[in-house]
Amino acid sequence: MILDNIQRLGHRTLSKCAAFGRSGQILFQSIVARPAPMMMLPLLIKQIYFIGVLSLVIIVVSGAFIGMVLGLQGYTILVDYGSEQAVGQMVALSLLRELAPVVTALLFAGRAGSALTAEIGLMKATEQLASLEMIGVDPYRRIIAPRLYAGFICMPLLSMIFAVVGIWGAAVVAVDWLGIYSGAYWANMQQAVDFREDVINGLIKAVVFGFIVTWIAVYQGYDCVPTSEGISQATTRTVVYASLAVLGFDFVLTALMFGDL
Amino acid sequence: MRIRTVEISVGIFMLLGFVALILLALNVSGLTLKPKAGGYTLYASFENIGGLTQRAKVSMSGVQIGEVRSIRLDPQMLMAEVEMSIFADVDFISADSSAMILTSGLLGQQYIGIVPGGDMDVLGDGDFIFNTQSALVLEDLVGKFLMNQVSE
Repeated sequence: MILDNIQRLGHRTLSKCAAFGRSGQILFQSIVARPAPMMMLPLLIKQIYFIGVLSLVIIVVSGAFIGMVLGLQGYTILVDYGSEQAVGQMVALSLLRELAPVVTALLFAGRAGSALTAEIGLMKATEQLASLEMIGVDPYRRIIAPRLYAGFICMPLLSMIFAVVGIWGAAVVAVDWLGIYSGAYWANMQQAVDFREDVINGLIKAVVFGFIVTWIAVYQGYDCVPTSEGISQATTRTVVYASLAVLGFDFVLTALMFGDL
Repeated sequence: MRIRTVEISVGIFMLLGFVALILLALNVSGLTLKPKAGGYTLYASFENIGGLTQRAKVSMSGVQIGEVRSIRLDPQMLMAEVEMSIFADVDFISADSSAMILTSGLLGQQYIGIVPGGDMDVLGDGDFIFNTQSALVLEDLVGKFLMNQVSE
């Protein structure tokens, strides 16, 4: 009985290790081992369209609303202390440092990551990947690599767009509706925000999150059980694992960038 | 035709991203590609600058006329020497003006306010402002208040 449990534990541990190994193998095979960027360009553009351009609507809409809520909440709290002018710097710093990369990555995992997993999973289930290999086309290079690169490229761009839309959304609420002097809004923000410290660090976060989310999505799709049930489980796992990984790595990155841990 | 629309929309998307980065750089973080040309430099020494930082604004009558370029400790006088860059078009600060460190709002940023004097001479590049007033440090005020309470 006890032996059985120990055996099951060992089996699970080993299969988790094997899963990590396979995910690393996918990354290595598709990016490091045989890079062919020129041949890939049309495929890459198509993937950027699917991953980035089609995510634009959800990113812009949620960015605008999050910025507006931040402006409103910040105003109602700061007005008690008579320093409602500081709403600009509060909005800009919280968006650039945390909210833009993290929320974009979460939305990206839900919108693009799940689609990637389902697409690759279905390719596997209908044996398209196997037939690609049969006719001598490397599926890593043809299918996986463009999607990974597209994810790395799109996430930082989406995150920047999110931050800009959010800051301007907050400006609409704070300046136009609540009547904060617009000079104070922008000047306080410009004084508090440092390009290298805040914008570049936010960009680095976005790149790392894009890497994590696409990697998890591609791996789950490539490694799923090729049945309809397996694909649905893999899609769920993509969203859950990617969201958790993003939040966890966000703490690590924040500690490295802004904290003195 | 279909591929063309995909390519165009991807191009627009990439452009949007870079425009966003440029907006964040120039409009949000106030990064300027080159320092404002033609400004001149003034110096002032303060006993205590409180929470004054680099790039804090320098204003006269509430209007920004420059910014703090650097802050260093004068090793002989043991006072904080603040280097201010003043816009070139503000060339009428009289020589007996005084500089004080003020706070915008209760919790706001600290900045330097310049109160003009009556002298006909004006300050030029590299001049010192001699009349200065240090930052109000809340702890000192509370301390003084408590001492007064005790002595009464």
